[in-house]
Amino acid sequence: MKLLINGSTHDVADGMTVAQAVQTLTTATTGVAVAVNDEVVARGAWETTALRDSDRVEVLTAVQGG
Amino acid sequence: MDDLIIAGEKFSSRLIMGTGGAPSLEVLDQALAASGTELTTVAMRRLDPAARGSVLDVLRERGIKVLPNTAGCFTAGDAVLTARLAREALGTSWVKLEVIADERTLLPDPIETFDAAERLVADGFTVLPYIGDDPALARRLEQAGCAAVMPLGAPIGSGLGIRNPHNIELIVEAAGVPVILDAGIGTASDAALAMELGCDAVLLATAVTRAQRPDLMAAAMREAVRAGRMARQAGRIPRRRYAEASSPLTP
Repeated sequence: MKLLINGSTHDVADGMTVAQAVQTLTTATTGVAVAVNDEVVARGAWETTALRDSDRVEVLTAVQGG
Repeated sequence: MDDLIIAGEKFSSRLIMGTGGAPSLEVLDQALAASGTELTTVAMRRLDPAARGSVLDVLRERGIKVLPNTAGCFTAGDAVLTARLAREALGTSWVKLEVIADERTLLPDPIETFDAAERLVADGFTVLPYIGDDPALARRLEQAGCAAVMPLGAPIGSGLGIRNPHNIELIVEAAGVPVILDAGIGTASDAALAMELGCDAVLLATAVTRAQRPDLMAAAMREAVRAGRMARQAGRIPRRRYAEASSPLTP
């Protein structure tokens, strides 16, 4: 299936979880938050939330700003 | 002590720092230390796997409370989602709400800001909205449950100082929550003026991070905020059109 992770298309195995999608970018689990299709997925649910084809995954962290 | 109190939390420094514009994390770290700040904003962005070091590490090591903002958002919906992501990532329900109207001026959009503020307050956030120097909007946001209001002095990064001191005074007079002068500060006298006008705190970034010597300007801002606060509390003399001799000619 295809996912859009931070704006880039990724071909991934069916059933990839949010936790696995985050691991394609970083090994960090703190200071990071995830939204799937504009809904926040709480960290406690990363392992158990399976993604579906065409999902938009946004992985955000804090940067210098403001 | 003369603490700044926002939503029941005490800060001994009335200088809130931003982190945008610093050439490196090392320069930022030195500037934050020199500023004496205890509360500092960060933005939320897509994670960059190539990024080295994190502004969060700098803040953690300095013991500075992190205040995520919603910079870059143009709609209430974007801002609410960004605030929720920040709460998840950083473990804080505090948010500097920033919804801008356009890229050229970066002026805050009052309609979207108010909409987002209502939704975030209902969702349990401690909301500090960035707004224009509009006394009516400031009052409405306080009534909506915001923990502070943050009127601008001038557009973000402009360094133009406080363009409408009269409106800032009107906001201060009516406010029951802290008023934090945000944006437009160019140099120390601007920060002092904000405090003399009765603001409870000043938030600035560019004036320090893009100064030729950020750590020295940060120290100047720290002193300016303190001086302005003391002058406000001391009570300035009235302005007069003509001279008044301080030593009378006749006893």
